[in-house]
Amino acid sequence: MMNLNAVFQYFTNGMDLGTFLQHLTNGISLGSLYALVAIGYTMVYGTLRLINFAHGDVFMMTTYFAFYGVSTFMLPWYVSFILAVILTGALGMLLEKGAYRPLRNAPKISIMISAIGASFLLENLAVVLFGGRPKAFPSVKVLTDSVQFGSVSIQKLTFVIPIVTIIFLFGLLYLLNHTKTGMAMRAVAKDYETAGIMGVNVNLTISQTFAIGSMLAAVGGIMWGLKFPQIAPLMGVMPGLKAFIAAVIGGIGNIKGAVIGGFILGIGEIMIVAFLPSLSGYRDAFAFVFLIVILLFKPTGITGEKIAEKV
Amino acid sequence: MLKIENLNVAYGGIEALKGISIEVEEGKIVTLVGANGAGKSTVLRSIMGLVKPKTGNITYHGKNLLAVKRHDIVKNGITLVPEGRRVFPDMTVLENLKLGAFTRKDQKEIKKDIDWVYTLFSRLKEREWQLAGTLSGGEQQMLAVGRALMSRPKLLMMDEPSLGLAPMIVKDIFNIIREIHSQGMTILLIEQNANAALHIADVGYVIETGLITLKGTGKELLANEDVKKAYLGESVIKLKA
Ligand SMILES: Nc1ncnc2c1ncn2[C@@H]1O[C@H](COP(=O)(O)OP(=O)(O)O)[C@@H](O)[C@H]1O
Ligand SMILES: [Mg+2]
Repeated sequence: MMNLNAVFQYFTNGMDLGTFLQHLTNGISLGSLYALVAIGYTMVYGTLRLINFAHGDVFMMTTYFAFYGVSTFMLPWYVSFILAVILTGALGMLLEKGAYRPLRNAPKISIMISAIGASFLLENLAVVLFGGRPKAFPSVKVLTDSVQFGSVSIQKLTFVIPIVTIIFLFGLLYLLNHTKTGMAMRAVAKDYETAGIMGVNVNLTISQTFAIGSMLAAVGGIMWGLKFPQIAPLMGVMPGLKAFIAAVIGGIGNIKGAVIGGFILGIGEIMIVAFLPSLSGYRDAFAFVFLIVILLFKPTGITGEKIAEKV
Repeated sequence: MLKIENLNVAYGGIEALKGISIEVEEGKIVTLVGANGAGKSTVLRSIMGLVKPKTGNITYHGKNLLAVKRHDIVKNGITLVPEGRRVFPDMTVLENLKLGAFTRKDQKEIKKDIDWVYTLFSRLKEREWQLAGTLSGGEQQMLAVGRALMSRPKLLMMDEPSLGLAPMIVKDIFNIIREIHSQGMTILLIEQNANAALHIADVGYVIETGLITLKGTGKELLANEDVKKAYLGESVIKLKA
């Protein structure tokens, strides 16, 4: 062990193995959160060719739902979290119905402006309803406790987040590949007119796509709140932006790509700061630089799926 | 069975159909022939609820079809093999067929129908697990027809099923249309290949820039001088000779 550590330190500029693993797990758990949010971007894009700018704000709303569930309604945390996820799904459906459906046949630029408008609306609504001052997200001891591994102590959440993410990922893949609803979602994403001929209710299916994307973001939002327990109306902006970048890096429209992009971004961000502490002020810039590099060399993203423009 | 009266359809300002009437009787093969852009696809798209007519009626067994929701049309026993096949390229052959049966819940019967489609198109069976996007054009057309059959339609509409296919395959497709028809299916067929279509059709309509200009039995239209000139390529053959 000593030797291994010495070799490791030789290659890592003096960082010992334990610290490295700690950073890695941190990166994985941050990456999981980006991945969960990125899936929503990619699903909506795959279906409507729309960048849902309000997705990060939907993520923010979840944390408030969960907050009020616990603090005002005195619900047990798990009940409140489940309700928050369901409410967020409903919010996503409402967003689609109110802001996007009326513009489905309008020029792309109109629906994009509507998305930006929806984002501002949610942010400002949050300021009005919940107040601009940050609130403390409910802490859940069983999840936020730390466990001791030799000399390092790691928050349980660091393991819980990737596990929960993987469970939901498999759930999503099962839904998409082995259920009728999932089949309809894939068909609508590819060619909604033909899906309609087959008897698929296109509006309902698009609604479901928004609900599922939003609920995954909600799961991410709750775990984000547990990990960084301060919530504010603009807290969704940066994670939303990074998750969007993750989706683009992975190849937008592709779910596996979104997950891969999320992990690359999360791990990359943590490692940059860990290895080059002098750059820690540029932590958020990493995602953007990486995006530019990927777009230069592989404009369709890592999974490289070509997306035909819909007519 | 199906009755279209005075159908008027416009895309933006452009009138695609200027008041056409068509009747499809149960058990018949009816074909629409006409040049590119005449409005043939628009007729089928109106029946499927994909475009909203400005005026006119479409009734099916006496029921107002224009009031039926788009995704419920197929439940009424009407389906369309769309122009350009439009199979789902990143789904397998089997998934495409299952999607054709989307509104059905009778799993056992669906299985039987998949087997039935496979007996009609043995090449699809061999390619059950292949992604539809990797099939040849002819195979994709067979899949598109098979997928449509999976809804157990009473009225099967086909929009240029032979388009872009090799003559050998076109022959196969027409044989299949005959075969399906002999099993009792009513068929509304659009074809560029007017000759072949009129040969198998009971009734044919000639459509020109949104208007029906001729109606007759397949035989009558095949013998009609105007039809010969405009659609049966006789003038072309004469020129060559
Ligand atoms: N989506 C559309 N938007 C505008 N015009 C269309 C559209 N679809 C068809 N048209 C026009 O309507 C007319 C009839 O088209 P269509 O029904 O496709 O003809 P056909 O199937 O006989 O070739 C054509 O002039 C075509 O250009
Ligand atoms: Mg056409």
